[in-house]
Amino acid sequence: MMGEDKEVLVEIRDLDVRYQTRLGPVSAVDDVSFDIFQGEILGLVGESGCGKSTMGKALMRLLPPSTEIRGKVIFDGADVLTFNEDQMRDFRGRRISMIFQDPMTSLNPVQRIADHLVETIRVHEPEMKKPVALDRIRRLVERLGIQKERIEDFPHQLSGGMRQRVMISLGLVLNPSLIIADEATTSLDVIVEAKFLDELREILHEFGVSILVITHNIALVAELADRIAVMYAGQIAELGSIYHVFDNPLHPYTKGLLQSVPSIKLDEREVLYKMPGEPPNLTHPPSGCRFHPRCPEVMPICSNHTPSLMYTTSDQMVNCWLYQDHPEKDRPTIEVTP
Amino acid sequence: MNDQISEKPRSDGKLVEVRDLKKHFPIQTGLLERLMTRRIDYVRAVDGVSFDIHKGEVLGLAGESGSGKTTTGKLVIRLEEPTEGSVKFDGIDLETLGSEEMRKLRRRMQVIFQDPMASLNPRMSIGEAIGHPLQIHFPEQAESHREMIYEIMEKVGLAPPQFFIDKYAHQISGGQRQRVVIARALVTRPDLVLADEPIAMADVSVRAQLLDLMIQLKNEFNLTYLFITHDLATAKYICDRIGIMYLGKLGEVGDLREIYSHPLHPYTQALMAAVPVPNPHKRRTQPMPVGEIPDAIHPPSGCRFHPRCPIVRLDHCSKVEPELRELRPGHLVACHYAEQFL
Repeated sequence: MMGEDKEVLVEIRDLDVRYQTRLGPVSAVDDVSFDIFQGEILGLVGESGCGKSTMGKALMRLLPPSTEIRGKVIFDGADVLTFNEDQMRDFRGRRISMIFQDPMTSLNPVQRIADHLVETIRVHEPEMKKPVALDRIRRLVERLGIQKERIEDFPHQLSGGMRQRVMISLGLVLNPSLIIADEATTSLDVIVEAKFLDELREILHEFGVSILVITHNIALVAELADRIAVMYAGQIAELGSIYHVFDNPLHPYTKGLLQSVPSIKLDEREVLYKMPGEPPNLTHPPSGCRFHPRCPEVMPICSNHTPSLMYTTSDQMVNCWLYQDHPEKDRPTIEVTP
Repeated sequence: MNDQISEKPRSDGKLVEVRDLKKHFPIQTGLLERLMTRRIDYVRAVDGVSFDIHKGEVLGLAGESGSGKTTTGKLVIRLEEPTEGSVKFDGIDLETLGSEEMRKLRRRMQVIFQDPMASLNPRMSIGEAIGHPLQIHFPEQAESHREMIYEIMEKVGLAPPQFFIDKYAHQISGGQRQRVVIARALVTRPDLVLADEPIAMADVSVRAQLLDLMIQLKNEFNLTYLFITHDLATAKYICDRIGIMYLGKLGEVGDLREIYSHPLHPYTQALMAAVPVPNPHKRRTQPMPVGEIPDAIHPPSGCRFHPRCPIVRLDHCSKVEPELRELRPGHLVACHYAEQFL
């Protein structure tokens, strides 16, 4: 059912993001390429420090000026990374928007909900009259299940779930093509979170937007996403349709990760897999494949040569030597890459 | 191990007995408002909770934020004074103890909090942090402290100890930090450990290691855990019994596998259905209950879940507060109409 009819919305090519830190440069995103399709929910999962949030921010160019970004982010045929500030301001919000983690710190406590939304519209469409904007806002919030009278409230007068819906409406008010939800449900309780997921699905169907869900919560991605991208230490380890990756994970990291996620079902996963070690510090990433020090299927080549993300089937890609040929694959090598 | 430390007086199979425990926090208001209204509102964080913790078991307390699970944990080990009700630890009513007796008893009840970075003093080395409880509880055995610190560090996987002992919290990884906190909690050989979201901060791939470590240590040192979590899926891997809290009350308590296979309280059922399952073939299909957890200042009358309950009968549920009733062996439920789920 994931067929050829999918149109690519964003093409990310050879993306590198480096931060300068006191301890030296950190390559938080290292040579990453993938596509985001129109109308899909893509779940980007990984552990803390794997670069998943940096990736989301790089797409919107919300990184500090000292950050080095290389590669291409092609959106509507244009490379976002070459935009100047004016183009960028127009692009953010109108084409891509972001739903942040904590509505209480993202909303201004002394501004009414309506003012947040009007301001967002008028920054991009200054000629729009306030009553017209308000009319559009009322229709939008009602579709999201907020009574239109409540837009006159202040953030603290709304419940947590309603505030989260306000955040969604802020993300949607300019009709973007892509919404990035970075740990958007992490501060929510499970029941509120479950309702939020239902809402996200509805948005997708109604508005036809693509959603990039960035999260550490693999179960949440299983619940929600069409495709999943697994990040490890700044790189994409595996990417594919949610069913293929869960039914037949290929990368040893994905295999281990999926086996270490607890399940509430009593008949499922009695014992959790204990992955050895911890994710690496990206100031000094391991040589070769970055997962090799923790990998149960490590081969001699893995410590010296970096594999690349390659298709194994038409919709599953994996970044692992087990599935790639190399002249030295079966031979122990002594050379050390810098 | 030092015999004097591991010696434990025992009464019967219950290590902790909690009876009708309440904790109401007064709400801070301005002086003027207090003079005008002459009324103080209270947050009823814990509002009448009773349960036992048996020796050697892991009792989970689960619920959403604001359900009172953390406050209940703190009341059990007397980090908070209860407003009403009693806690007996190994047969001793904690309320009857003076501060010196309570201090001595604290050796036997230790705590692991969620955030190891916040629980560790950044200026103390790992060795000093782990040894600190020994200085407090066994100052007279100073010469054996180092040996005891080394031993517990090896047990929690901080090996070799001499590699870690002089390091500081910021020099080790997140998973190692939580191991330090576990070592510090266990170095005095306690009977009860309050573990409040002990693995919530850890990375997914590290959580299983920590859970497994906690289970191993429990078996090796005959520990009893009060395990507080918002994550019902994680609870499955460590808890023997579980209590589900809602707005300061226990809605359901009993054997974990019994409750997970036959949840009888409509709230437990909703909570369990809401937990995402790591299997895209088993996506949730049922709708979620309406509304959100109300504030604990003005909890709903009668059954606190009644405004959100799918099986509510308003005339009864909004007036009469349900008591915990044993509807299946060892499985207690506070719901007037739970029989329909039997």
